[in-house]
Amino acid sequence: MKRLINQRPGTLGKCILGILPFVLIGMVYFYFSSERLAINPNDKLMPSMQSFIDAVSYLAFEPNKRTGDYVLWADTAASLQRLGLGVGISALTGLIIGILVGIIPLVRAGIAPVITIISLVPPLAILPILFIIFGLGELSKVMLIVLGITPFLIRDVQLRVMALPHEIIIKAQTLGANSWQLILRVVLPQVLPKLIDAVRLSLGSAWLFLIAAEAISATEGLGYRIFLVRRYMSMDIILPYVVWITLLAFLMDYLLRRLSKGVFPWHSAEQGESK
Amino acid sequence: MNDIKIKNLWKEYGDNIVLENINLDVKAGEFVTLVGASGCGKTTFLKMLLGTEQPTRGELLLNGKPIANEPGADRGIVFQKYSVFSHLNVVENVMLGEELKKSRLLGRCFGKKRQAIRERAVALLEKVGLGHALTKYPSELSGGMQQRLAIAQALIKQPQILLLDEPFGALDPGIRTDMHELILDIWRETHITIFMITHDLSEGFSLGTQLLVFDKQRHDPDQPNRYGASITYDIPVGRSKKQANNDFQDTLMTQQAIHND
Repeated sequence: MKRLINQRPGTLGKCILGILPFVLIGMVYFYFSSERLAINPNDKLMPSMQSFIDAVSYLAFEPNKRTGDYVLWADTAASLQRLGLGVGISALTGLIIGILVGIIPLVRAGIAPVITIISLVPPLAILPILFIIFGLGELSKVMLIVLGITPFLIRDVQLRVMALPHEIIIKAQTLGANSWQLILRVVLPQVLPKLIDAVRLSLGSAWLFLIAAEAISATEGLGYRIFLVRRYMSMDIILPYVVWITLLAFLMDYLLRRLSKGVFPWHSAEQGESK
Repeated sequence: MNDIKIKNLWKEYGDNIVLENINLDVKAGEFVTLVGASGCGKTTFLKMLLGTEQPTRGELLLNGKPIANEPGADRGIVFQKYSVFSHLNVVENVMLGEELKKSRLLGRCFGKKRQAIRERAVALLEKVGLGHALTKYPSELSGGMQQRLAIAQALIKQPQILLLDEPFGALDPGIRTDMHELILDIWRETHITIFMITHDLSEGFSLGTQLLVFDKQRHDPDQPNRYGASITYDIPVGRSKKQANNDFQDTLMTQQAIHND
């Protein structure tokens, strides 16, 4: 018998072990749900599978009587648009400023202290300021995401740029590159896959800021819906929404990972070599 | 011509004296090998030629003019590691130098221009024995092939000086011999001036035409940084002077052995 630390699961074993916790969580939930419903059929805290299916099909497949929208899809579209805009703007800003701060010492001396300080401001604390400046519309929600994750992205890109082997920066100079060419042909392509990694890490925070902003001021959106139906203790809506958000977050992470692999094959090869 | 003249060169970091009173003449087309114990300033010397370090005092002249104080296209470099760009494939790595020259704004050429550059790059790569690996990425190449690529990449700029910082230090002995052949072929063909740092004394003797030994002439046991290293031997070497070289090599090796004890 091998030592425990040397025993590895096969493909099938890995699958089973991976799914097992989900099955267990589900079983525990529905066991207690049915126990509670047996005592009180009107219990709202732990709805049955049937209530979930009813709620979801009502929100997803029947148009809302007042607005004519399919609520789940309208919420999803609104939230994803805010998230996409926020993360996109942040990634672009983080990339540009991060590279400049990382590679140009004069810029670093001027900007790095400000960024460090800004990154320490809790974004939610200035949410009221955003509402005052940008109004209660889309802009303030997008801005919250941007303010929340851009400092992290800038600092991450900066560190990645500074961690590039010194040799390749010198080599590029001996090939006649000026500063602009060096950024464009060496630093930018070297850092792009690392930016994708950083964006993946920041997605969790981005969702947090999005839902916080939607909870406070919105007329549609996934976070808005959850906080709206909370008043009626509608766990049959809240829980599917949470699962849906989780699924969306997982999909985004997966797609970004695939994008990185597809567009920068050399990067994953390099990673595989060094690890 | 591209002669190098060095007069009373000192390099200090605060109180730490690394190199003292270096005087040297190198004619264009020499193959200079630099040997010496680690930490004796060989690399610092190379960095000053490269332009990433500046002398504290003294003169470092190329063609009678002070050498530029930043790296430039007239001095190519091959490091022991990380000399090539991991995000470009083999042929793109070599094309980069020319693309940067032809397109100042984008650093990237298209169409006929690109085709012409590519042909030059492919010719160079065939010369260094990488003609079969044009579209591979550096991470798919062995250590020796990566160094071949790094050499081809530097050569496309036709630099006056080629600096090699222990280029074969990480390679297996057999591959190292192949690389010696390659670098000698290139040197004979291009008449380029080469400066090569090596840990391997026999490599220094067999490849070079001029051997520089870096060592500290004075020692202060209480303040090891008080005195810097200088060039203790500057000798013409080469295949024609084989016997004399062998004798001298033995002397040096004995000296180093005593040193290390």
